[in-house]
Amino acid sequence: MTELTMGKALTAGLRRAMADDDRVLVMGEDVGALGGVFRITDGLLAEFGAQRVIDTPLAESGIMGTAVGLAFRGYRPVVEIQFDGFVYPAFDQIVCQVAKLHYRTLGRVRMPITIRIPWAGGVGAAEHHSESPEAYFVHTAGLRVVAVSNPQDAYTMLRQAIASDDPVVFFEPKRLYHTKGEVDVDADVADAAPMGVARVVREGTDVTLLAYGAQVLTCLDAATAAEDEGTSIEVIDLRSLSPVDYRTVTASVRKTGRVVVTHEAAREAGVGAELIASITESCFHYLEAPPQRVTGHDIPYPPAKLEKHHLPDLDRILDAVDRVLDRPNSLSEVSS
Amino acid sequence: MTHTLAPVSGVSTDLDDLARLLTPDGERVSDPQLDRWAADLDRDALRGLYRDMALTRRIDTEGVALQRQGHLGLWAPAQGQEAVQIGTARACRDDDFLFPSYRELGVQVVRGARPADLVLSWRGEQHSTYDPHDLNLATPQIIIGAQSLHAAGYAMGIQRDGTDQVAVAYFGDGATSQGDLNEALVFASSFRSPVVFVCSNNQWAISEPVTVQAKFPIAGRAPGFGIPSLRVDGNDVIACTAAMRWALDHARGGKGPVFIEAVTYRMGPHTTSDDPTRYRSRDEVDAWRRRDPLTRLEAHLRAVDGFDEAFQASVQHDGDRFAAAMREAAITAETRPPLAVLDHVYAEPHTGIDEQRLRFSAYLDGFSDEEAPR
Repeated sequence: MTELTMGKALTAGLRRAMADDDRVLVMGEDVGALGGVFRITDGLLAEFGAQRVIDTPLAESGIMGTAVGLAFRGYRPVVEIQFDGFVYPAFDQIVCQVAKLHYRTLGRVRMPITIRIPWAGGVGAAEHHSESPEAYFVHTAGLRVVAVSNPQDAYTMLRQAIASDDPVVFFEPKRLYHTKGEVDVDADVADAAPMGVARVVREGTDVTLLAYGAQVLTCLDAATAAEDEGTSIEVIDLRSLSPVDYRTVTASVRKTGRVVVTHEAAREAGVGAELIASITESCFHYLEAPPQRVTGHDIPYPPAKLEKHHLPDLDRILDAVDRVLDRPNSLSEVSS
Repeated sequence: MTHTLAPVSGVSTDLDDLARLLTPDGERVSDPQLDRWAADLDRDALRGLYRDMALTRRIDTEGVALQRQGHLGLWAPAQGQEAVQIGTARACRDDDFLFPSYRELGVQVVRGARPADLVLSWRGEQHSTYDPHDLNLATPQIIIGAQSLHAAGYAMGIQRDGTDQVAVAYFGDGATSQGDLNEALVFASSFRSPVVFVCSNNQWAISEPVTVQAKFPIAGRAPGFGIPSLRVDGNDVIACTAAMRWALDHARGGKGPVFIEAVTYRMGPHTTSDDPTRYRSRDEVDAWRRRDPLTRLEAHLRAVDGFDEAFQASVQHDGDRFAAAMREAAITAETRPPLAVLDHVYAEPHTGIDEQRLRFSAYLDGFSDEEAPR
């Protein structure tokens, strides 16, 4: 085991994937000499050369479209989109080409493209640098979508994403890039949990908390705080948003009978809406209380000084926990 | 160099300033740049090009007829554009990889598409038919200009593999307004990739004339990207062949991308759903009919004793046979079973789609054979 930040774990995962398969390429803006604006591709140019670590023109659709062409040719491009809010120019190529070519060609053309996106807020960034666009991609058939919450998953799931013959949108929470954790860099990926499987990161009996990315840590803090008050919270790190591991989710909700979903992304038609709809379909008779969402507001991402009022924090999560437990909460006096 | 770069004079609709080896009347003429690339095109070679163009037109006629008779949902006619499609595609090597738009049916035929390949997508049976890796031909692209980036990326792969293949992007004048095409030009130029960009400027993007997309000749844009270009008579199959040979040689030789603007005309509607009488005049169409790519090559072949009744009958026979096979493929096409809608969404198991398959399958099982949804 080695102690690594999530950023270094991602770099290690990329390096290992490139060493294992010379068809793996890294491409994006500033990924070469600079090592990426978050330094995730640091050292890869020196180690693998400019044929495999490609500084591209500043055009996201161009990056994605040429990645499609490289995949046609048998390469496995790992594309870095510099920031979450910069992915939209590439949206057409992702939705119309990356996601659909396998279906369009009846399985004859594969798109093993990994789309890495430094993602979400909490780092005091400028506008367009803190967005949570995951629902767009979850809604798009043909894509796999994952979000990591710790260095070990960052290392392992990135290797799994690159090895997958399907396109994977890989969300990296910016505010966890410097979070440290133990990483087993020698572990065989084949022995690790598959990318599509959720993980129960804390067992509990009263309420199920569903989260992904950096919100997992907020939920763990909330669970610790709730324990002091005698409430036992189970926290699930979804890890994969397409597909969602409903086997794990359903087992937990049927056990606790209460569920709260949290994400930074806006609420309307978000991942939480889908999760709760599916849970309601499969667990209705086990539910003791209406499922709750704790999400970002339905607003454009606010200025940095105000983002703490947008991001769902520990207290807002615990407020929702109080709601599902029918305890006094912020909405107790608000008529519905 | 001055500090101010003014546009060179020219208009996008200019029909005189074109590289040409065969006049609209069928007279073989000289072009200093293209002559050497057409020197070996003897009478037999020209008869071959005529045969391909006539086959393309016959396929097109059949496609329109099949759509009108209800056997196809839609058809995008290529009539008038046979010369650029056949001339450029015939110039390519088998191991070059071509990325066509939905209107390049002549390109598909040259690359070995079968009759069924021409009809099953337009009929709505499958989004695509042939294996792109078998024909070195991508699935025809519907999103305007998107394939130009795929060609640029594929060419980056060629460079990494160290081979001398070329990637070819086909698109129309409308696509030149798209960001993707312009980004493809930037990528190909920056990386000096072996791509040939073939713009079939057919004057119309559905109802919008080329002047909406471009004030200046389209070929004139490429040099601004650092890419050499050529503006060629797109209804002159000899010139199109020669231009493409020049372009392929340039790209294959490691000198980077090339841009060809082939000035042609979409004689028919945008698709069978379109009504061009609403936006263009009969006079304009008639004027272009006098520049027809087939009649001008026929005139030339007649002048060199290369076109007789036997040849004509043979061409007709081959076209009719292909068209009959298209008709047969369309009429006898078997629609795939309901569960096929869930096939090939992912290359690897995906629990979400697997669950939906189970549920839809259970739903379908509730019907007897007679009442099953078709």
